[in-house]
Amino acid sequence: MFELCLPAILGGKCIPSAALFGQLLIGLINGSFYALLSLGLAVIFGMLNIINFTHGAQYMLGAFTAYIILQKTGLGYWPALIIAPLIVGVLGIIIERTMLQWLYKLDHLYGLLLTFGVALIIEGIVRNEYGSAGLPYTLPDSLRGGQNLGFMFLPNYRAWVVGASLVVCFGTWFVIERTRLGAYLRAATENPTLVRAFGINVPRMITLTYGFGVALAAFAGVMAAPIYNVSPQMGAELIIVVFAVVVIGGMGSILGAILTGFGLGVIEGLTKVFFPEASNTVIFVIMAIVLLVRPAGLFGRRA
Amino acid sequence: MLEQTAPLLSIKDLQSWYGESHILHGVNFEVREGEVVTLLGRNGAGKTTTMKSVMGIVGARTGSIKFAGTETIGMVPEKIARLGIAFCPEERGIFASLDVEENLLLPPQVQPGGLSLDRIFELFPNLKERLGSSQGTKLSGGEQQMLAIGRILRTGAKLLLLDEPTEGLAPVIIQQIGRTIRTLKERGFTILLVEQNFRFAATVADRHYVMENGKVVDQFNNSELDANVDKLHDYLGV
Repeated sequence: MFELCLPAILGGKCIPSAALFGQLLIGLINGSFYALLSLGLAVIFGMLNIINFTHGAQYMLGAFTAYIILQKTGLGYWPALIIAPLIVGVLGIIIERTMLQWLYKLDHLYGLLLTFGVALIIEGIVRNEYGSAGLPYTLPDSLRGGQNLGFMFLPNYRAWVVGASLVVCFGTWFVIERTRLGAYLRAATENPTLVRAFGINVPRMITLTYGFGVALAAFAGVMAAPIYNVSPQMGAELIIVVFAVVVIGGMGSILGAILTGFGLGVIEGLTKVFFPEASNTVIFVIMAIVLLVRPAGLFGRRA
Repeated sequence: MLEQTAPLLSIKDLQSWYGESHILHGVNFEVREGEVVTLLGRNGAGKTTTMKSVMGIVGARTGSIKFAGTETIGMVPEKIARLGIAFCPEERGIFASLDVEENLLLPPQVQPGGLSLDRIFELFPNLKERLGSSQGTKLSGGEQQMLAIGRILRTGAKLLLLDEPTEGLAPVIIQQIGRTIRTLKERGFTILLVEQNFRFAATVADRHYVMENGKVVDQFNNSELDANVDKLHDYLGV
């Protein structure tokens, strides 16, 4: 064990390394959820031009769906991790087909209001059914326990969350930026009319994109279930920070959403070590500064 | 000879709207298989809107647009394209978020028998050199136009709609595009061309239609063009 000290000008505070790395890990975990959620928001905004305020509710719905699968069907953690996002993704597709598709030609405000309303309805229904107290979510045996790394203790589940989130985020980035399907998506984001005139079914691509973005949120929810409480307001609490992350990264930038998600999680964790008082506000302070200096966000492209 | 082939594209009483504005007021014309036909006319006469109506990318349209005997007036754009019609827009439509190769490979094959990449590079040798370039929109105007035409040749579409392919380009590039259009005609493509420059149109086309105020008001065979130069100057306001 060793200690890390801030320079005297910043107060000269000394921190044991275990505390530092512990908070760094918590920062990475939070960052994993910020990245998964802001990635979904960025993908949806790029294709649909809609700021999906239902995202937090869909994250919560992922956790609840997995909880119900575990309780009612006896299927294990791993099937629930796959099935819950699929179910929530299909619910998202239904929302897109029945409601969102009528709003694409209107101002952003309408999509924002509609998705915000849908979020309130979903949260209300879940609260009515399950109450607002948190529900426990059990871990599979394979993910219990942890590794002693010498300078800190690394719980297996937390390592799994960070690893899986990295794989899913960069997998999504790869598909969008480096494959034929991704070229269709990028082209349709730029000029949907011309892409349709080439014979590509853009409306179906938009529907599937929304379903995918929503499934990403639900996936984050299932991953979060064993760490945080499964409760109806779990999404509403997180989504405010995620929107700040999206604003900092720049709306519609895939890599920007991932990097700022992880980066801000880590910054938040470090702030908890050195200036605990500021840890809840540091992201919003960064957001304000970024908005002043680069209104389009760190990775945003000015149209 | 040409008179005996069935029309590949046949447009009757086509009316089109963008929102509240009524742009086309009953357009009638046809293009036979293997022909190169131009739509001439001033800005705002409805040439581009006619092309977009064929692709199904205007607000609303009525009347009849038959392609190879199939009525397309009620079809969505992606379905029309799949019949074998390809569109090269006036603004070229090169995607900034795609590199040159991705732009070239973007339009999917809609019918068998499209040109291979090698054939496309024979027509546009510059494109091959630019394949490694990062952004499609960083190419010069002429190269962007070649990319915009080249990418629709792969698709197997038999009818090409080219909207002002020479606009804003240097004379030497215009000549290259003219040679390309003649080569494509020899290869059996049918081409509908929108042009403001009838001197260029005369070097590539079999027939010309003149549009004014959302209607076709006149037509000539290319051989009759010289006899009608005064009339054309009148129509085009040059």
